[in-house]
Amino acid sequence: MQLKVAGIDPLICLGIESTADNLGVGIASSDGEILANEVKVYVPDLGGIHPREAARHHSDNIGAVIATALETAQVTAKDINFVSFAQGPGLGPCLRTGATSARALASYLKVPLIGVNHCVSHIEVGRLATGAKDPLTLYVSGGNTIVSGFESGRYRVFGETLDIAIGNCLDTFARLAGLEYPGGPAIEKLAQQGSKLIPLPYAVKGMDMSFSGLLTAVSNEFKSGKHSIPDLCYSLQETGYAMLGEVTERALAHTKKPELLLTGGVGANKRLRGVIKEIAEEQGAQPYYVPISLATDNGAMIAWTGILAFTHGIRTPIETSYVDPRWRLDEVEIPWR
Amino acid sequence: MALTLIAKGAEADILIDIDWNGRKVLLKRRGAKKYRHPQIDRDIRRYRTLHEADLIHRAKEAGVPTPLIYQLDPEGATIVMEFVEGEKVRDVVPKLSLEENRALFHLIGEEAGRLHNYSIIHGDLTTSNMIKTGNRVVFIDFGLGEVSKEVEKRGVDFNLMVRMLASTHYTVMDPLLESFKDGYRAIMGAEAEEIFQRADDIRRRGRYIDKD
Repeated sequence: MQLKVAGIDPLICLGIESTADNLGVGIASSDGEILANEVKVYVPDLGGIHPREAARHHSDNIGAVIATALETAQVTAKDINFVSFAQGPGLGPCLRTGATSARALASYLKVPLIGVNHCVSHIEVGRLATGAKDPLTLYVSGGNTIVSGFESGRYRVFGETLDIAIGNCLDTFARLAGLEYPGGPAIEKLAQQGSKLIPLPYAVKGMDMSFSGLLTAVSNEFKSGKHSIPDLCYSLQETGYAMLGEVTERALAHTKKPELLLTGGVGANKRLRGVIKEIAEEQGAQPYYVPISLATDNGAMIAWTGILAFTHGIRTPIETSYVDPRWRLDEVEIPWR
Repeated sequence: MALTLIAKGAEADILIDIDWNGRKVLLKRRGAKKYRHPQIDRDIRRYRTLHEADLIHRAKEAGVPTPLIYQLDPEGATIVMEFVEGEKVRDVVPKLSLEENRALFHLIGEEAGRLHNYSIIHGDLTTSNMIKTGNRVVFIDFGLGEVSKEVEKRGVDFNLMVRMLASTHYTVMDPLLESFKDGYRAIMGAEAEEIFQRADDIRRRGRYIDKD
């Protein structure tokens, strides 16, 4: 891929990610190298993510995280050729904090600004990190649950959640059951000690999934006091991942993609990785797992996608760099593929 | 018995037996999925097999072409049915002219209307689940279907057809969707508009969709 512009080689991009609880600053080069990937996580004192509190955390820490990223990458601010930021989708207040920082940095350094889509960035850094060329992607996190694949200029969505994300379902249950933070790994650990399958609603509708009923049902089973927590965790994982597996497998069979990429924070789960591996084998595709530091929300993916966008003529004038909390993956034109 | 595997779907294997009691038949076998819990796996396969056979019968009562069923084995999750000669609509669309495609989608809209009018929700109304044979379109794969007259469920069915057109037949989406709706309206009458409206509501209920 031609990633050179006007003789500058390599190009260096600083990317800012702030769509939810993670504040990330990454620095990537057009050689495909991730020079820095610093993340600072907002941990709520109580309950789930409070958007305003998370945004405050991000604005309090952005300066320090940028400084650390520059230090890690061993570059100075003057080496930055342009700045990218996650323009959406995500929580409005958090997005605006990242966007404000990116605008300020770009105008101070007098370099171009590029707004990129958070979901596209997950897929692009996944491809970069694993070497997958044209994968069907299962992207599962606290905010998103999407099965997508590239077709004619865009990442088309083949299946997605109709309500909450699988990670949201896991996190909310973990909090209810008093498990340690973060909820996903705690559920995974406990599930290994579970053995009894408690019937829970399996909601696949066409190619889409619903996890809100699953959350309500598992919460009610917990409150009934009839089951052990390991059995509840086991049943929640088995039911939720069976749903993800079915939709992923059907999309893979439909698109006949040769590769299957698992990304997003929930992609760290070993049981889910096992599901993906089985499905890939069954459908004759190569499975790829994105390393955790690049699978959870991070700045490196924003920086790398910034490079892809910049070298294909995309610029985001500051005047029109509004964030879009509902910016869908399949609305984005992908000129670099 | 002379079994040949002809398609390995996500959910089921499709096999042909050219001499099943002297007939050429198609076997739909929902194989076990190793990736899911055996209990979840067994429940899903058994339920969908029984249900699919039931809906295939009901569809015929509604006047919608579906394969004949010769044998049903819920525990083995297998349906033995008529082999329908033809081609999937999904593969036919790129080969037809716009006019031919419009006529085809008008007919598909009518058939979908007949299903809905007879309280049948297909559940997976995609062009991969329709076989064009001569002038008829035979509907297959009712595995995710159900019996219901609810506007919401009809809307979900319709919405999936819209999504299918947008993801797979996007170059001809608008005219084909119009033809589909015309055909659907011809059967459902005044009820159709409410269902289109609900499908639009369902679409907008989706994540990150423009609400206007």
